[in-house]
Amino acid sequence: MAQTHKQKRLSAWSTPILLIAVLLIFTLLITIFGDKSLARMAAQTLIRVTFVVGLWIFVGNSGVVSFGHAGYMAIGAYCSAWLSLDPMKKGLFLPDLWPFLANAEWHVLPAAVASGLLAAFIALLSGAAILRLSGIAASIATFAFLAIVYTIYSSWEGVTGATSSVVGLTRYADQWATFGWASVTVFAAAWYANSSSGLALRASREDEVAADASGINMYRHRLISLVVSAFFTGVAGALFGHSLGVLNPNSFYLGVTFITLAMLVVGGIGSLTGAVTGVLVLSIIIEALVRMERGMTVGETTLALPTGAQEIIIGVIMILVLILRPAGLTGGRELRLRIGGR
Amino acid sequence: MVGAAVAVASEFFVFRHMRNATPVAMMISSFALGFVIQNNLLLVYGSRPKAISLWPELNKPVSIIGASIPLLQIIVILTTLIVVVTLALLLKRTRIGLEMRAAAENFTMARLLGVRANVVITGAFALSGALAAAVALIMVTQTGVADVRMGGQIMLVAFIATVIGGLGSLPGAVAAGFLIGAASVILQGFLPLEARPFRDAFLYTLVIVVLLLRPEGLFTSNSTKPRV
Repeated sequence: MAQTHKQKRLSAWSTPILLIAVLLIFTLLITIFGDKSLARMAAQTLIRVTFVVGLWIFVGNSGVVSFGHAGYMAIGAYCSAWLSLDPMKKGLFLPDLWPFLANAEWHVLPAAVASGLLAAFIALLSGAAILRLSGIAASIATFAFLAIVYTIYSSWEGVTGATSSVVGLTRYADQWATFGWASVTVFAAAWYANSSSGLALRASREDEVAADASGINMYRHRLISLVVSAFFTGVAGALFGHSLGVLNPNSFYLGVTFITLAMLVVGGIGSLTGAVTGVLVLSIIIEALVRMERGMTVGETTLALPTGAQEIIIGVIMILVLILRPAGLTGGRELRLRIGGR
Repeated sequence: MVGAAVAVASEFFVFRHMRNATPVAMMISSFALGFVIQNNLLLVYGSRPKAISLWPELNKPVSIIGASIPLLQIIVILTTLIVVVTLALLLKRTRIGLEMRAAAENFTMARLLGVRANVVITGAFALSGALAAAVALIMVTQTGVADVRMGGQIMLVAFIATVIGGLGSLPGAVAAGFLIGAASVILQGFLPLEARPFRDAFLYTLVIVVLLLRPEGLFTSNSTKPRV
């Protein structure tokens, strides 16, 4: 009995290692064979992995769909910009920053961690209220939270640059930096999901009443997972800003909310493997379609999809996946090794 | 009519296959479907907003008891009243309405008792599609512009209003719609000038507060209470 338990714990740990290996292969392949634009796409994909796995820590374990995580992403992204942007540029673009922030010129790594911490802190405050709800009311409340963040960041002229973008961020987030953070996130997600809090939360996802009767404080565990999850989405935001070099509140609103949730659901909301699979599969399809839109030369003829076809095809693919495999591509199973066979 | 047709078609092609799917999957696929429709329109009509004047004479102001109001707004108010009353009668008094409410409450039980599920759900889709198209007509007449992206904002408000009002409650939806509209106008009027750009933030904070006070919505129907 104790033996099988030990084996199960070990084999649960093989999931993040396998997933990180998959990500490593993906990054290596692209670095070796890809051109510059492909490398940029890889960085974007890995940022999405960070974001979606961060999102999964909350959504996958608690079963509550959150529309609000793009808000934590925005908080992280702007925080990193405040901390690491050249003070002269800040004086120019963001005149109303507090003196402490205006003079800050941090290294990018502590800035990314600080962004994650700020997002986590905001999650603690907002989650304390929102997570008292459950079911669809909670989803709507997270949505309202997203709208609040969006409104504030797109109208606070002197601090966030409002709808005119913040430019000039150091573009350090290449595929290796993002790979590092994506691996850390995958690891943390696996650790949380197998911790006692994660297990308790998943029990409450399966059956709220039964979990309650077993003495699980659902509210507390949801809050813990939201805070952990917001930390990593905040970091993803910081990376996002530092990979494009430009920040605009519009990049953290409905578009990103929709596409990341779609990735999570298409991959399979029930498992960590699903979250990673969804991002990789959809990102690769999107990139392939974008390239096809630009035109592909086959012999003498140039084949090109009409502009806008990419969005239609991706939508159709998502719908088909959800009809054929309602639980997502992985169907809630994890990729894992069976250690010490049976 | 086109709205109804498209809604029925989408029910047939997409949602019929997803009866047993989780609500999350359903929500995502409806977003994906919206995405597909929107981009199809984009492909056909282009991304620039189109100027359309539907019944321009309706925008002429008429004066009633000293206030001058565009004729259109009166028509909008009247249409809304008629639509809400008809909808209420349809849901409460006719057979199909009864079947719809039964299906909403307990789908399996309703089927066992002889409600034809497909007819009911297709009917509901057709109805909501037609209503959405009617709203679009009103908006186009009011602003004179048709834009592919014009649905986004109003959809959010509608979504929030249904939940605040309490899913499955028509008076709730109406009341919540009014509440959101009134709150946003009042905030617009009374907020100090420098806080006015943040109006929506206050509005959505109110939404969260309302949800915290009444998690099942303002008007709760029995079916939304969790059963153990």
